[in-house]
Amino acid sequence: MGITLTPAAANRVQTFLNNRGRGVGVRLGVRTSGCSGLAYVLEFVDDVDDDDQVFEDRGVKVIIDRKSLVYLDGTELDYGKEGLNEGFKFNNPNVKDQCGCGESFKV
Amino acid sequence: MALLQIAEPGQSAAPHAHRLAAGIDLGTTNSLVASVRSGRAETLPDETGAHLLPSVVRYMRDGVVVGEAARKAAASDPLNTLSSVKRLIGRGVADVKRIGSELPYEFVTVDSTVPRVRTIAGDVTAIEVSAEILKILGERARHTLGGELSGVVITVPAYFDDAQRQATKDAARLAGLHVYRLLNEPTAAAVAYGLDRGADGVHAIYDLGGGTFDVSILRLQGGVFEVMATGGDTALGGDDFDAAVAIWLLQQAGASATTDRGVMRHALDVARAAKEALANAETTPIALGLPAGGWRTELSRAQLAALIEPLVRKTISTCRRVLRDAGVTADEIEDVVMVGGSTRTLRVRELVGEFFGREPLVDIDPDRVVAIGAAIQADVLAGNKPDDEMLLLDVNPLSLGIETMGGLTEKIIPRNTTIPVARAQEFTTFKDGQTAMAIHVVQGERELVSDCRSLARFELREIPPMVAGAARIRVTFAVDADGLLQVEAREQATGVSASVEVKPSYGLTDDEITGMLQASIDHAHDDIQLRRLVEEQVEARRVIEALAAALASDGDALLTPEERTAIDAAMERLRLVVGDSREPAAIEAAIKQLENDCEFYVERRMNSNIRKAMAGHRVDEFSEEDGRGAE
Repeated sequence: MGITLTPAAANRVQTFLNNRGRGVGVRLGVRTSGCSGLAYVLEFVDDVDDDDQVFEDRGVKVIIDRKSLVYLDGTELDYGKEGLNEGFKFNNPNVKDQCGCGESFKV
Repeated sequence: MALLQIAEPGQSAAPHAHRLAAGIDLGTTNSLVASVRSGRAETLPDETGAHLLPSVVRYMRDGVVVGEAARKAAASDPLNTLSSVKRLIGRGVADVKRIGSELPYEFVTVDSTVPRVRTIAGDVTAIEVSAEILKILGERARHTLGGELSGVVITVPAYFDDAQRQATKDAARLAGLHVYRLLNEPTAAAVAYGLDRGADGVHAIYDLGGGTFDVSILRLQGGVFEVMATGGDTALGGDDFDAAVAIWLLQQAGASATTDRGVMRHALDVARAAKEALANAETTPIALGLPAGGWRTELSRAQLAALIEPLVRKTISTCRRVLRDAGVTADEIEDVVMVGGSTRTLRVRELVGEFFGREPLVDIDPDRVVAIGAAIQADVLAGNKPDDEMLLLDVNPLSLGIETMGGLTEKIIPRNTTIPVARAQEFTTFKDGQTAMAIHVVQGERELVSDCRSLARFELREIPPMVAGAARIRVTFAVDADGLLQVEAREQATGVSASVEVKPSYGLTDDEITGMLQASIDHAHDDIQLRRLVEEQVEARRVIEALAAALASDGDALLTPEERTAIDAAMERLRLVVGDSREPAAIEAAIKQLENDCEFYVERRMNSNIRKAMAGHRVDEFSEEDGRGAE
C-alpha cells in the first residue's frame, strides 16, 4: 500500500522544501495524544532515521517510521482550501472515528 | 478534517495546541498581516485577494468601515474618514495642533490630554482608530489560519517614544490581541531579508513609509543582531511627497490649497496616483476635478524628482547623522535594505544608492517586508521554532533620565543603549528633614529639563527625616523588550518605594525627536556651560541652606554678636553672587570664600557637638555596658 500524495500536495511540499532551502522530504506520523487517541504529525525531514521507511511519490520523498505506518498505511496526503485557510489533509482509510475537528483520531 | 501545516522536525504541535501567531505591520498608509505557514512567511490576503489594508477608518452613524471602502469615501466624507492616525497615536494636544493643521479633521477641544477627533459616531482617539484596523487584521489572520491567535508581533518605527509604543499596545489590547512584543520596523525588515543568516557585517535599513522615516544601522555578529544606531523623523514620508505634489498642482491650476477640504483630499489622491504611475513611466497625465471645472496637465519624473528632492535630501542628512552615531562610514555598510512603499519612487533609490555607494536591496516587496519579518519573529516567540534562533537587540532612541536640583537632567539610560536594560543610580535629599522626593522622568539629550520631554512625574513619600544628603534613594530605570519604561525609587534604609510605569503622558514638546537630537548637538557647548552654572548655583544654595540651619540651632550660643554679623554678611555676599553672576567660576570662588569665612564657626560646632556627646558620661560607663552585654 504505502503512502501517496495528490498532485496539489506534492506540489506544495516541493514548494515549501525549496523555500526552506534544505530537507530531504516530509515526515508523516502519528503520536498518542489528543482528544480521540492519536494525532497526526507532519514535519520537514533533515535526517532519515534507521527505522524509517521512505516512499517516493510524484518526486517527493515521504518518510514514515515503521510504527506510524501501521496506522497510516494507504493514506493519501492532500492539500486543500477551506475559505481563507489552506493546508494539508490526511485521507486515512484506517480511521474508524475522529474528533469533531479531525485533529485526532482512532483506528 | 482540520488542515495541517508542515512543522519543523520535532516541533509538531499537539492537537488543539497549535500556537498560531501573526506579524502585523501597522502602517501610516497601509497595514498588513503575515504569518509563517509550513516554514514560509507570507502576507495574508482578504477575500478579494488584497494584501494591503489601507489604514483608513470611516465612522458612520451605524457602524465602522475599515480599509479600501473607507479610503474611497475619504473625498466625499472627509470629516468622518480618518487616515494616517499613526501620526497622532501617543501624541499630545500640542503636537496635534501642529500636525493637525495639515490633517483635514475636526479636533475636539476638551480638557483631556488625549486629543480626540469629532466624527458622526462620536469623538474618537487615535488609539481607538488604530484598534479598528488591528481588529480587521486579527480577524483576517484567525480566518486564514483557522484558529485563535496565541499572540502577535506588531511593528513600530524605531523612533517611537514610550508614549507612542504604549499607545500602540493599548490599541492592540482594545482589538483583543495579545502582543508578544513590539518590534522595530527596520529590525523586522532585516529579519525578513534573512540578513541574520548571512555573514557578519553592518547593514543599513532605509525605511520611507507613508508617514514615517527610519534609518537604522544594524550589526550582525555571530548570528546576533545589534541595532547600533537609529534615527529618523516621525513625521516625514510619502504623504509629504503627495502633499508637495498636490499643493504644486493646485498652484498650477490656480486654485488655493486651503479653500476646501474635499478639494485638498481629491488633489492628494491625484498626486498619489501620479507618483505611483511614475515608478513605471516617464510621464503621466493629470486630471484634476476642481469646483471651477476640470484641469489637465502632465507630470514628468523630472518634475516629481524636483518637487520631492528637498524631502529626500532631508532623509539623506539623517542617514549621515546615524552613520556618525554608529561610528561607521558609508563604505562599511554591506547591504542597504529598502523598506516602505515610498522607496518605489526612483529618485529615492537613486539618492540612497548614491549616498551609500551601492545598489539598495529591493527584492522583497517593500510594502510587505516589515510584516514578513514580524511574522517570522512572532513564529519564534510562539515557540514554533526548535530553539530561540534569534536574539534581537534593540536600542532606546533617546536618553532617559530624571530631573535633579536646578532643573538639570541626570541621564540614567543613555541614548542607543541596547534594550532590555536596567540601570540604577543613587540620589539623596537636598534639605534637612526632607520626607518626600519628586521624581520627574524625562527623555531627551539636552542638559536642562526644560529642553527635554517630560514623560512622567511621581513622588516618593515617607522618607525618614534625616539631615540633607544622608538619605540614600535608589532610582532604577528598567526598559523592557518593547521599549516601555518602568521607574522605581526606593529609600534604602526603610525600603519605602514608589514607582511608575510610563503610560502615555502625551505632553510632547513642539520639538520633533530629530530636532531634539540636532538641538543637543547645536547647543552642546552652551548646555555644558549652563549645566556648570546651574550646578554651582545649586551647590551655593545648599551651602547657604546648611549654614542657615546651623545658625538657627546654635548660632547664638557659639558666636559673639560681631561674629554673627560677619557670617550673616558673608552669607549675603554669596546670595548676591548667585543672584547676579552667570559665571560658574565666580560662584565657585564665592562658595570657597564663605567656607573660609565660616571655618572657625564650623570648628566650634564640631567641638561643641563632641562635648555634648560626651557630656554626662564617664569612660567606665562604656565598659559597664560591655559587661552587661556579655552576661
